[in-house]
Amino acid sequence: MGDFYSYFFDHLPNVWSGLWVTIEATVLGAIVALALSFAFGFMANSRHVLVRGVSRVIVEFFRGTSLYVQLFWLYYAFPLLFSYELTPLFCGVVAFGMNYGAYGSEVVRGALNAVPKGQWEAAVALNMTPAQRMRRVILPQAWVQMIPPFTNLLIQLLKATPLLWLITAADLTTVIQQMRDRTGETTWAYLTLLVMYFILAYALTLLMNLLERHAKTRLGQHTSARSLLRSRSAESAEKAEVAQATGGGG
Amino acid sequence: MNYQWDWDAVREAFPLLMEGFKTTLLATVLGTLVAAVLGLVVAMAGRAPTRLVTIPVRALTEFVRSTPLLVQLVGAYTIFNSFEPLTIGIAVLGIHYASYLSEVYRAGIDAVPKGQWEACRALSMSPRRTWQAVILPQAVRNVLPALGNYGIAMFKETPFLAVITVSEMVFEAQEYGSEHFVYAEVFTLAGLIFLAASYPTSLLMRKLEKRLGH
Repeated sequence: MGDFYSYFFDHLPNVWSGLWVTIEATVLGAIVALALSFAFGFMANSRHVLVRGVSRVIVEFFRGTSLYVQLFWLYYAFPLLFSYELTPLFCGVVAFGMNYGAYGSEVVRGALNAVPKGQWEAAVALNMTPAQRMRRVILPQAWVQMIPPFTNLLIQLLKATPLLWLITAADLTTVIQQMRDRTGETTWAYLTLLVMYFILAYALTLLMNLLERHAKTRLGQHTSARSLLRSRSAESAEKAEVAQATGGGG
Repeated sequence: MNYQWDWDAVREAFPLLMEGFKTTLLATVLGTLVAAVLGLVVAMAGRAPTRLVTIPVRALTEFVRSTPLLVQLVGAYTIFNSFEPLTIGIAVLGIHYASYLSEVYRAGIDAVPKGQWEACRALSMSPRRTWQAVILPQAVRNVLPALGNYGIAMFKETPFLAVITVSEMVFEAQEYGSEHFVYAEVFTLAGLIFLAASYPTSLLMRKLEKRLGH
């Protein structure tokens, strides 16, 4: 144990750089995923059959083919097909974004449909434009519903980032694996790595709880400060993870 | 795009991938089975009367649920190197998904009306009989669709086993791809096989969910 930790603390800059790659991939992947979630989620509610169909096909495609295969396809097959090489981090961000964006679009679709019909009708009755209706009435309510399942998807995304190690991006897993190889302390290395991911996941959960509190306050629903500290709730975890598998989100 | 798509490679790789697919299916089925049983045990332990049991159980579940499957797999593979990689893979997949499923079971058990517990007490049933004859049959029914969905999710995560040298489908694809330098063909093929298997299954699960009234 001593060997690993003395090596670990002697090489903290390496740890930071690996941690940074992991955080970068998580945050950028989440931004791409969020954008795609909204794009495909809105498309799924479109009046036009063609638009709905396109979104359905894309979403089912990215959910049905495994993330692992998508990432490897981008990293190994894409350069061959298009004679253009992508950096590992870019591959990761695109694959995570597409995959979790597909799952997220179901969350967006479900949340939009969960806003009571009366709210839509009232906005129409008040002569709001479709953009006003969405921005001022529907989205603020739907957004609150989206945050818990989005939190779960975000943690899933974080948990997928060690895949970067397999495509030679120097993420946290890569760095700690190297330290394990140098010191031969397998158990301590992997335990430390898992604990670091656990801390990252918990920190992300806390941030998302803050976001949820803020969104609820905007609707006039106040939450206790204690609820900020809770981990992902069992119920929303189940919903999100099931939504991830089937698309019954929200 | 002037890449020469190699159909011969697709034809030659297909049987190899299908051979690996058997291992993929085996890992999925056994992994789901482990997760289903262990998840139930964890959910029941989470309802134990003493905090000495419930707090460590919840903490451990939370830890397993919040940390990456890939790291768990590689860690277990390196530490328990005397076991078969496939055994390790199934065990880790099973434990990881048990942590998800225990939450589903917990919700399923919570959804059994309180009156059912009280009726069992009133009939002075033993705890064992209460669980077996009254609570579990109702709870498991609530849990079935979720179990199927997690099975599909696990199916799509089985390629992680390739990292610990289990020769499942993606492992075969990687081997063949690097030998003949036909990554585009084999990874496209592997992706399509995943899609062909998981999409109809998830449609089926949606139907089942509707029939069970979820």
